[in-house]
Amino acid sequence: MLHGYGASLLAGAMLTLSVALGSLLIASLLGVAGASAKLSRNRFLRVAAQAYTTVIRGVPDLIMMFLIYYGGQIALNKLADRYGWDGLVIDPFVAGTLTIGFIFGAYMTEIFRGAFLAVPSGQHEAALAYGMSRRQAFRRVVGPQMLRHALAPLSNTWLVMVKSTAIVSLIGLSDLMQRASSAGTTTQQPFLFYCAAGAMYLVFTSVSELLFAWLGRRYAAGVRQVRP
Amino acid sequence: MDFDAIRDSLPSYLHGAGITLLLTLAALAIGLLCALPLAVLRGWPSRWVAGPVWAFTYVIRGTPLLVQLFLIYYGLAQFDVVKQSVLWPWLSSAWFCAIAAFAINTCAYTIEILHGAMRAVPAGEIEAARAMGMPRGVMLRRVILAAAFRRMLPAYGNEAILMLQATSLASTVTLMDITGAARNMNSTYYLPFEAFLTAAALYLVLTTALVGLFHAAERRWLMPWQARTR
Repeated sequence: MLHGYGASLLAGAMLTLSVALGSLLIASLLGVAGASAKLSRNRFLRVAAQAYTTVIRGVPDLIMMFLIYYGGQIALNKLADRYGWDGLVIDPFVAGTLTIGFIFGAYMTEIFRGAFLAVPSGQHEAALAYGMSRRQAFRRVVGPQMLRHALAPLSNTWLVMVKSTAIVSLIGLSDLMQRASSAGTTTQQPFLFYCAAGAMYLVFTSVSELLFAWLGRRYAAGVRQVRP
Repeated sequence: MDFDAIRDSLPSYLHGAGITLLLTLAALAIGLLCALPLAVLRGWPSRWVAGPVWAFTYVIRGTPLLVQLFLIYYGLAQFDVVKQSVLWPWLSSAWFCAIAAFAINTCAYTIEILHGAMRAVPAGEIEAARAMGMPRGVMLRRVILAAAFRRMLPAYGNEAILMLQATSLASTVTLMDITGAARNMNSTYYLPFEAFLTAAALYLVLTTALVGLFHAAERRWLMPWQARTR
């Protein structure tokens, strides 16, 4: 049906998935750091985190990616000249994953901050009153409850992230999008291959949604729910 | 920083900003206009009416905008029927395809936003309108949509900002928007920092303006209304 390009598309889909998962890791780390900075008492950290989230939301992903990919190459060349290294090339996979992680780190910052604020402070205080250390209180009491509040927006952000990985094809990464483009050009059936790529993205988003719904049920265990 | 190169390219950036704005406004206007009746159908009691609209928004929201754009711009050319039809001069133009793809995309998101806002209208208000003997169409206009438009403002503002940034993809189908101007400058002078930072600054300005506009709209229409209903 796909003129023998099925395996190629699948390989592209795997690359798309690994870019998305790599970005998720980076974005989560940045999100935790950003949320801690926004909630900290240090004014400088708060301002820096605020600037990060504001700027990221005001600049398109594409511009960010070109800036990191092409700009990063220039910066690397300058460094290489200074220290006499040669042949340093910025990898499109690294550039793409870093860019998307960096962008979605800003959204994660807001999610984690909101989730932390959604847990009543009495919970934390009660845990401390029981003699738990701060770390124990976070791991046993505040953390799991934060996760419950964070799940819905997290699921949303993950879906947006999977879709926005499509732009890495523009810096030459052989992801799902790029493979569909080249297969469409060779076979002169671009419509078919873009539809196939779209269907694969749809599978990713649908499976993710099911997974998050299951996680949501698990983390909502013990929460009283009233149906109207 | 090579400011001379930036100054030389500034006219093309400003021209690009015009194109970015035009694309954003056209997509948002068409998307909202189409979303209005479709959102009503999305909440229709019959599954045969609501189902197809749900499927449309599900597919559009589940696939990348880039796929949708390429599907329309490059994909449709696969069919000879399309190439020989009277619509071909339109369908082969990057302008038409970009606006169509963006409008379809934002339409799907707007349907969901509007549908959610319509569902959030308290049952009591609808019952009250019925008790007053309002016909369904009048009730839709005066009670449900009037409240839904206000309530959707924050979420729709977000969607508008996302659309503004999404128009940067237009540069992949040869349109010279802000991103197109930046890519052009980068390939002419090989100055990526200057080229893309200038574009980023322009987008930031446009985003800030749009955010300000929606805040003003919320102050004008949403806040007084919330104060009244609470």
